[in-house]
Parts: sequence; C-alpha cells; structure tokens
Amino acid sequence: MKYIDEFRDGALARQIGEHIADEADPDRHYGLMEFCGGHTHAISRYGVPELLPPNVRMIHGPGCPVCVLPIGRIDLAIHLALTRDAIVCTYGDTMRVPASDGLSLIKAKARGGDIRMIYSAADALTIARANPQREVVFFAIGFETTTPPTALTIRQAQREGLTNFSVLCCHVLTPPAIVHILESPEVRDFGIVPIDGFIGPAHVSIVIGSAPYEHFAASYRKPVVIAGFEPLDVMQAILMLVRQVNEGRAQVENEFIRAVTRTGNLKAQTLVADVLEPRPSFEWRGLGEVPHSALRIRSRYRQFDAEHRFELNYRCVPDNKACECGAILRGVKKPADCKIFGTVCTPENPIGSCMVSSEGACAAHYTYGRFRDVPIVAAPVHASAHATAQAL
Amino acid sequence: MSAATVKRGYIRPLDIKRGRIDLSHGAGGKASAQLIEELFLPALDNAFLHQRDDGAVLGLPDFDAAEGRLVMATDAHVVSPLFFPGGDLGCLAVHGTINDVAMSGARPLYLSASFIIEEGFALADLQRIVQSMASSCREAGVPVVTGDTKVVEQGKGDGVFISTTGVGVLPGGVDISGRNARPGDVVLLSGSIGDHGVAVLSRRESLAFETTVQSDTAALHTLVAAMLAAAPGSVRVLRDPTRGGLATTLNEVAQQSRVGILLREADIPVKPEVNAACELLGLDPLYVANEGKLIAVVAAEAAGAVLGAMRAHPRGLDATCIGEITGDPHHFVQMSTSFGGRRVVDWLTGEQLPRIC
Repeated sequence: MKYIDEFRDGALARQIGEHIADEADPDRHYGLMEFCGGHTHAISRYGVPELLPPNVRMIHGPGCPVCVLPIGRIDLAIHLALTRDAIVCTYGDTMRVPASDGLSLIKAKARGGDIRMIYSAADALTIARANPQREVVFFAIGFETTTPPTALTIRQAQREGLTNFSVLCCHVLTPPAIVHILESPEVRDFGIVPIDGFIGPAHVSIVIGSAPYEHFAASYRKPVVIAGFEPLDVMQAILMLVRQVNEGRAQVENEFIRAVTRTGNLKAQTLVADVLEPRPSFEWRGLGEVPHSALRIRSRYRQFDAEHRFELNYRCVPDNKACECGAILRGVKKPADCKIFGTVCTPENPIGSCMVSSEGACAAHYTYGRFRDVPIVAAPVHASAHATAQAL
Repeated sequence: MSAATVKRGYIRPLDIKRGRIDLSHGAGGKASAQLIEELFLPALDNAFLHQRDDGAVLGLPDFDAAEGRLVMATDAHVVSPLFFPGGDLGCLAVHGTINDVAMSGARPLYLSASFIIEEGFALADLQRIVQSMASSCREAGVPVVTGDTKVVEQGKGDGVFISTTGVGVLPGGVDISGRNARPGDVVLLSGSIGDHGVAVLSRRESLAFETTVQSDTAALHTLVAAMLAAAPGSVRVLRDPTRGGLATTLNEVAQQSRVGILLREADIPVKPEVNAACELLGLDPLYVANEGKLIAVVAAEAAGAVLGAMRAHPRGLDATCIGEITGDPHHFVQMSTSFGGRRVVDWLTGEQLPRIC
C-alpha cells in the first residue's frame, strides 16, 4: 500500500537497528518512554524490541485514552444509559473498560442500555437528529487528536438548535501528563523510572504542534522526538534519542515532519479554545488528580454539557487492589510484573484498563509480546519441512 | 524462566446468575469458546460434540464405518446488510454449511434450511435471497431437501435469519480434524484473506466506503476433494477461517492439537484494497472473516502435491504456504513480521465486527 509499506520496510528497519546498536554506548542504559498508545501498539505489533540492542529499553507511557479513563467516568456513562434512559454513543474501545459492579458499557448494553458504538463524533449527531424524542449523549474521550471533532460537533449542534444532544466531555491533555510523570517521586527523587527521553505523540502533535514540548525538554533536561506511528518512524526516533542522549542534548526534534509543524493546526486549536476550557483538575487512572490536564465545555455551550444537563456528580472509585495499572501507566512497572497479568486479567476479562485497548501497555504485551516472558521454542528444523518451505 | 514457572491463564467462569449474553459471545473468539465450554457442552455432553470440529463425524447403526461415515454440520446466518458486494445472505447460508461439512473431508450431500423472517419483510427481497440460495445449491450440487419458516413480530428480528444444516459422507480411512496437526507439518492457505469482512463492512450504514472488494463467498468441497486426491492421508487439518479470521482459526487448531504455529507475515496474501480498508478502519486482516478460503495443515513432504492441486483449482489459484507447526508447549501462534520482528497472533478478543456472517 502506497505511503504505508515504505514505513514498514524490514530491510531499512534492520539498517536503523544496526545504527542504534553501533551508536548506543554499551556501558549505559537508555530508558525511552513512548508516551502514546499508538506507539506502544506499533512497537508490539511489529516486534520492534527484537531490533533493538538490550540496553535500549522502551517504557510504555500513559498515552492510551481508554487506559487513563477512571472508573468513575465510565460509571457516569453507564448511569446515563441505564437510569436516565439516554442513548449513549462512544468509540469502540471504551465499550469494554471495566466499571463498578462488574459492569462495562458492553455489559450495560446487554442489560438493556441503549449504547451505540460510533466511528466518528458526527455519527452521534446523526443519531440525535434521528431520535428527537430521546436524549443522546456523546461520551467523548481521547487526547488532543479527538478533541477538535468533539468541539465541532458541539458547535454544529448549537447551529442546528438540537435540544436533545449533549457531550460527556472526558478529553485529556498530553503535556500536563508528561510533566506529571516527570514530577512524580519515582522519576524525580528515587530514580526508579530511569527515563532518558520521550518519543512524542504523532497525531496529538499534528494538532498542538511541537512547541508545547519545548518547555519541559528544557526544564527537565529530557530530549523529545516526535515520531509517526509507523514502525520505521519509531526506529528512527529511537536513533535520534540515542544520539541526543549521547551528545548530552535535550531538545525537541521532529521525526514526523511529513505531518507535524512547530505550531500545529491553528484552526483546530482556535475551535477547541472556543468550545472547551481547561478543568482545574481531572482524575486520571494511574496518575490520580492531575491539575489542568483535561477539558470541559465552556459555559456558553452549557446546554450541551451532559454533566450540567443531567446534574451529574463525579464519584472517585478506587481501582481493583490487585491491579497494577497505575504503576504501569507511570512506567514504574512492566505488565508482566503485575500478579494478575495474563492470569485473571486478560483482554477477554480485563480487570485494569491497560488490558482493554490494543494501545494499552498490558493488552499490547499480552496480545503481541507475551511469548517473550517464556522460553522461545524455535520451529522444528525438519529437513523436509525446511526444504518444502524453501521450494514453495 | 522454565516452562514450569509460567503463569497459567485463568478464565473467570461465566456468571450464570447475573451474567448476560453480550456481542462478544457471538464473535467466534474466546468468549464464544467459553460459552460452549461452560454452558452448552456440560448440558449436551456427548462424544460427538467433543470432536470440536466444524462438523461432527457420526457412526450409523448397521453401517460399516470402514465404508464411510455420516458428517453433519449446522450454521446460522445473520449477516447485515443482507446484500453485499459479491454475495448475499442466501448464498452465504448455503456456502457456510457446505464448507463446514467439507472441512471434515466429507462430500456434502443435502441441506436443510430454516428461515426466521420479520413481519413486514419485502417479498421481493425474500425471493432474491431464496433464488440466490437456489443457484448456489445448483452450482454446488447440494440441494435443500427440507425447511421451515417462522415469522416474528416487527422489531423482533432484523429482516431475515437463515439457519442451514448439512449432511455429507466421509469416505472410510479419511481422518481430518483440528486435533491432527503435528510439529513439522506446514500450514497452507487457499488465497487472500479478509475479502468477505471488508466487502460486508463497506455496505454498513455507519461506514459505507467505496471499495472494489467482493466477498469471497464460495463452496469449497470440490477444492477439498482435489486436495485429498492429490495426497491421500497427508492432509491432517482443514478449516475455513470465517468469524474471528485466520488468527482465531489457527489458535483453535494450536489448542486442539496442542502444538504451536509459526507464521511468516510476508507470505500471507492480503489484497491491497483489503489492506487499505483495514488500515482505515483500524482492523487487522488476520481477524477479518472469510467465506471462501480454507487453511490446511499438511505433512511437509506432501505440501508440494497438495499446493499444486490447490493452485489448479479455481478456488485455490493463490494458494500458498504461510508457516509451520511447532512443538511450542504454550501453544502460541506466532508470526515473523515482515518488519523483522516477532509477535504473538492471538485469539480475537471482544467483537469488532458483529453480524459478519
């Protein structure tokens, strides 16, 4: 496929891998956090770790929108569907996130809740138009990438004078989360999470640009390389980070120049700023309350704010005690360190949110990489099998 | 880490008291398998169900098994929309069941069909579906010999659902089952994957995208016959990777045969337009349904002969070898990626595409 295959080229990947191995100092370790779930997924799906030397280690970050959604937020959406009789529309992965009382949106749907999976925010509007007698709520989640469509939907609803449509806005922001990780005691004081640099988000950066990362690259002395979501992008970004670390630089570099500029998409930024505003604080799963890290609907669009419309009160619900999602989202633990990883907690029966979305660190490791936790069994080199495979 | 210290997976049992059926129970992945394991099997328990293949191989009283055995398979079809590029509910209902019978190596002989129709359904559409069934039956040489019709109130069905059952005869000496894969065998695939799922999705109301992809829906029993004739006794497993796609089907085989499978991504044929649609929708072609493809696990020394027979058949022109069976004690399906890495190819989780067949 054009413009895709070029970025998945195995021969080029091997070359970059050799460069990384050549340039990485054998006497030190490189801990690199990919913030974004899109990168976590690409790294696992294409088997990127196999192409890296052992002293370059990827640390999965919290940039999976489904993973950081706290239980209390899912509970609100379920409440709207089951007790307020609203049609709740949301993106696919959100359906399976575990909530209180053993429920999830997909289970609430089986209990009679009218919950619809949509592919685009505009679909929620279509559903609202088609059901004028029903309340329709768009359960909006995601980082800066999915925020502009939500803002656009709200504006459109106002323009059309829709009176049965509202948004449960759970949009979160990338830069405050990164700062929060860098400020966490594990990273700052104890050095438990040795983060030497960040792979910056691809699609988020298309919207916000590369400038917002400059502040913490400089203040915390951590290099950032913004990278696309294809595996070669990731390899190239790792090489660029290794070089920065070796040279003692801490700059924001842009590997994803085919889409990301320094200032980002100004039109989208203006739109978002018109409709949404920062919340003083927002609870993230794993990170807890993070100041100024999420968006809410501005008061002039209040009639479209589900929290206002249904007078919802957010209630914080603690995670399952055995679940290590919090530590995993902060990079303190690896998925396999969690006692319930792969035993009680699997993608079919996720206990923690990191096991839900394919972008979640646990789901990505379980789905694509868990063979690394066990001894690799090579394919039998049956003389005949080998010969046949060659001949075919 | 030794194999003994590897954590054993734990599957939380079904919560019969409070649990409800959700869409993932119908996706053909792990949730479907659990439903069968914990609810259907204990209640309906018998040796035939434990064969765990697409069709059951049955003995008949006063009938010499060496001469042949009866094979029976059943399949309900709930595809939405009813008409899609390359096919419709009618031909799907015929092909799906013929293929389930054929995957045991049997020659399909007869079909039954029951229709659950929603009040208000257009007769013209029903006729179009039934005529499509008829022409598929004629082409396959397998007639519908009995049937049933039920009508449910408006809103209690979605157009029409068709359930078909097929019977066939398995020649003596043929033993094809998901249990038979052995380390060293090779895995053959009859053609490109993902065509059916993408074709159906392209006509979904909420998606509706332009594509030239056609469903691959087709009866595969003559392809099977040609493969078996080319290398008698060497074809160990046959499966049609429908719901859950190639990935889920291979995991079932790995589980049933207690082996591992190692695939080569570069050798798995996927049409560029299927790949493009999957990229767009965030799907992995390995999990997208097929209705006219089969996988075969074949003794390595017979692979050339079987592959030759497949490529000489119109339903297997693009047949290819995509991997090998390994002795992995964890029964992982793994894949060498074209990118140069390695990954697990797991069961389908949840439900990405409800009502694809």
